[in-house]
Amino acid sequence: MSPPITFNSNTAAFFGGVKSAIFSLFFLVLMGTYIGIGALAHDFGLTSWWLALSTILVWAAPAQVILISTLGTATLFEVAIAVSLSAIRLFPMVVALLPLLRGERTRLRDLLLPTHFTSVSMWVESLRLLPALPREWRIAYCNGLAVGYMGTATTFGFVGIYLAAGLPPLFAGTLLFLTPMSFLMSTARNARMMVDRLALVLGLSLGSLLTYLHVSLDLMWTGVVGGTLAYAVHRLREAAA
Amino acid sequence: MNAMAELSPYLVLILVGFLPNEIWRALGLLLARGLDEDSEIVVWSRAVATAILAGVIAKLILFSSGALATIPLSVRVAAAVCGFLAFVGIKRSVFAGVLVGEAVLLFGGLWFTN
Repeated sequence: MSPPITFNSNTAAFFGGVKSAIFSLFFLVLMGTYIGIGALAHDFGLTSWWLALSTILVWAAPAQVILISTLGTATLFEVAIAVSLSAIRLFPMVVALLPLLRGERTRLRDLLLPTHFTSVSMWVESLRLLPALPREWRIAYCNGLAVGYMGTATTFGFVGIYLAAGLPPLFAGTLLFLTPMSFLMSTARNARMMVDRLALVLGLSLGSLLTYLHVSLDLMWTGVVGGTLAYAVHRLREAAA
Repeated sequence: MNAMAELSPYLVLILVGFLPNEIWRALGLLLARGLDEDSEIVVWSRAVATAILAGVIAKLILFSSGALATIPLSVRVAAAVCGFLAFVGIKRSVFAGVLVGEAVLLFGGLWFTN
């Protein structure tokens, strides 16, 4: 779906963004993912308001899943390291997004919200839709898009918590299974370069092995060792080619 | 040591959830000039993020907790494999993969728990 080329006001551009969020493919993806995360939060004894606040403040499903699933067993330091390693990818995403939003009269504070809103869903759609829009409406449109996604995620987080609380264990288990399954598939789909596929395979194996061996900081080592190994293989192949 | 027992859950959320995550966005805002998507540091950071996410996926499937742990390990692994094969076979559709994985998990779970 291509957005209308122009808007009458910032408000119209904002709601244009909200509308395209609700009608995009990511609506379904976020729905499934956050029902799963809601079930996970319930499983680890967290409240629905805690989850809603974490969706608004953290706004990155992988970081939220790491946060929720490790808080009960790991030290604060270990949790913070794992969350932060999963979030490094936000840095290049912000770097790639902001040039699309920045105009001649754009102030730094106009970019604060889009920066916080940057996440996979909003980023992919912004890069696809923004180039067709006049620069003056882009920030409002982009904020609308992100608010649409964040609202969807927050709402279905509540749904997930209430469903998990009310369902028999087998069905609650299938809700919990939504998170690893949707992450596995969407990561595999985004992995177009060999280095990303290798990182996925190495991460799956190292993560299992280190957890099985009860290595402390298992997620940190999985990320640093698995990611760096995949990157090294990628460099060697490039050098050989 | 249990992290949640030491501090209020909301303080924990800010300290080990919000801040370590948000710092990368803030750095992007401050340094957002002239880094392209194929630069080496970007490729490496994406590989690290992918590996850590894959680690989380493996942990959630193999070392499940709560309600998911009541479904046998063999069923969880079979469901994940079937789901992934469906994803690969059906035009790399995330939806198809999740649906097939969930169906296998549900029927396998029903079969083994009754």
